[in-house]
Amino acid sequence: MIQNNPVGRLIAHVILIIGILIVAFPIYYTFVASTQTLQEILRPPLSLLPGGHFWENYSAALFGGVGRIGGVGVDRLLFNTLVMALGIAIGKICISILSAYAIVFFRFPGRMIFFWLIFITLMLPVEVRILPTYKIMVDLGLIDTYTGLILPLMASATATLLFRQFFMTIPGELVEAARVDGAGPWRFFKDILLPLSKTNIAALFVILFIYGWTQYLWPLLMTNRNEMSTIVIGLRKMISFADADTEWHLVMVTCILAILPPILVVVLMQRWFVRGLVETEK
Amino acid sequence: MANVELTNVRKVYGSSVEAVKGINIAIEDGALCVLVGPSGCGKSTLLRMIAGLESITDGTVKIDNKVVNELGPAERDIAMVFQNYALYPHMKVYDNMAYGLRNRGMPKDQIDKRVKDAAQILELTQLLERRPKELSGGQRQRVAMGRAIVRSPKVFLFDEPLSNLDAKLRGQMRVEIKNLQRQLGVTSVYVTHDQLEAMTLADILVVMNAGSVEQIGAPLDIYEKPASTFVASFIGAPPMNLVPVKADHSGLVLKDGTRIGAEGLSIPLTGALIGFRPEDLEVSAGTDTHIGGLALDLKVLGVEPVGAESYVYGIIGGERVVVRVPGRSTSNTDDQLRVIIPKQKLHLFGADGKRI
Repeated sequence: MIQNNPVGRLIAHVILIIGILIVAFPIYYTFVASTQTLQEILRPPLSLLPGGHFWENYSAALFGGVGRIGGVGVDRLLFNTLVMALGIAIGKICISILSAYAIVFFRFPGRMIFFWLIFITLMLPVEVRILPTYKIMVDLGLIDTYTGLILPLMASATATLLFRQFFMTIPGELVEAARVDGAGPWRFFKDILLPLSKTNIAALFVILFIYGWTQYLWPLLMTNRNEMSTIVIGLRKMISFADADTEWHLVMVTCILAILPPILVVVLMQRWFVRGLVETEK
Repeated sequence: MANVELTNVRKVYGSSVEAVKGINIAIEDGALCVLVGPSGCGKSTLLRMIAGLESITDGTVKIDNKVVNELGPAERDIAMVFQNYALYPHMKVYDNMAYGLRNRGMPKDQIDKRVKDAAQILELTQLLERRPKELSGGQRQRVAMGRAIVRSPKVFLFDEPLSNLDAKLRGQMRVEIKNLQRQLGVTSVYVTHDQLEAMTLADILVVMNAGSVEQIGAPLDIYEKPASTFVASFIGAPPMNLVPVKADHSGLVLKDGTRIGAEGLSIPLTGALIGFRPEDLEVSAGTDTHIGGLALDLKVLGVEPVGAESYVYGIIGGERVVVRVPGRSTSNTDDQLRVIIPKQKLHLFGADGKRI
């Protein structure tokens, strides 16, 4: 499929560059807007080059407190979102790897029932069970807490199934060799299963971190106080219906700041991520 | 080092599938016992029961005169070499070998010494820092052996360890395993379906079929005196020729009605099989009846020269047989040959397949 004729390569590159421009331009434009004053943004046309108010805008948004969200700084929102995304990603991985471990390697009564129970939850989207879940959180007094934000999103059928599929490819002889070598269930998990799952864990972490970072509906329900908002909620609150009432330059700054962590996670873990999706190290 | 004793060992899967039907084997200290049989005969199940990887339905397994039925694999003081080697893919060769020792809480310097010694014996010293992925099949096999050796267990268990290697390497590793086992003097149980491997390795050979033991003995004894037609056709390549015969008052009758002289042979009237190894036939030039042997007519179907010897395929009394001839054979297809089976090389089996 790879052709070495120059015209073909040129066309391929042109198409790729156009694609990148289509994806990257809005982000660039957001960045440009985030370095202008509110007046400059409201007076079209917007310049295509960054303005001179980078430090001003960014420090104002990060540490100054933004009026429309009750004077809370974007730094606080970033922190909240980070806690939530990390909590969901790490929690999900821990729970699903352990439940997959139990389902694949242990014979206990009701094993298949549990497996199917987990599997069935795949068919229920979050929105369907959001009201009962909300009621439970209210009863437990978890509104406006990190626990309330993280806990309900942690149980995951998808990740459990993914680990299950991976564990099933581990040859039975390896398990037996470990038994002969005197490795109990916990040792086997820690010394053999975990290292072999590294790439899968990394790939899942990236996916789940972004999933957690971009949550909207659940944090909207769970948080009332501005200090507990996540960045996506904060962003929404900053935008008023009246155009002139919105501090667009700060909104743009928040947008850029909201994009950065997921990009960082993807870039830093890209190597692992790709390996986890493509090959299984065996 | 220890002896291994199996008494009436049975394995039943579910409620009715009997995979192993009451087996008794006693293996002396330091001996290498080979379990051989076709696939599905229960030999691997039996090995896994000795290892503790499979529960024992009935009977007892003793290692070093101690009943180990209820002990887990790690507590039985055994080491096992698996067919696919089962090396830990993420660990270096060194760690693969050290893992079992670490789990037993052995001090670091002692582990180091043992691993290095084993690596020396197996010529793995250069490879200790590699991962299994970077090793060839033969090297992986050696690491699997090393993992067993470092533990210096009471018993080695081998589950078809050579079947993933190519033929040349298999021959080489076979010799190495034998030497190593001799050198270390560790009691071993070795499972294979390859009769050649079984013959060359075994001190005691156990031929199994359909969950039962067909015959136990020294390899050459079994070769020379197979207890049943199953053993006769399983051990030896090409297998023993078996020709059904009927007896009447005047002699023997083959399936196609050919009558042959059978002085001094006592054949039961219910019918029987005569067996003879391919190499035990003498091709006779004339048509004379040989004294002290059975003279038979063979029609040649084809000749297979393999270099040092030739296999002549033919028909005797309606049954296909093989004759092994040293060097090149001068026979051609459709030739009629007169072959003689010396009486002392003749095997007789009853209608039930048991040796008479």
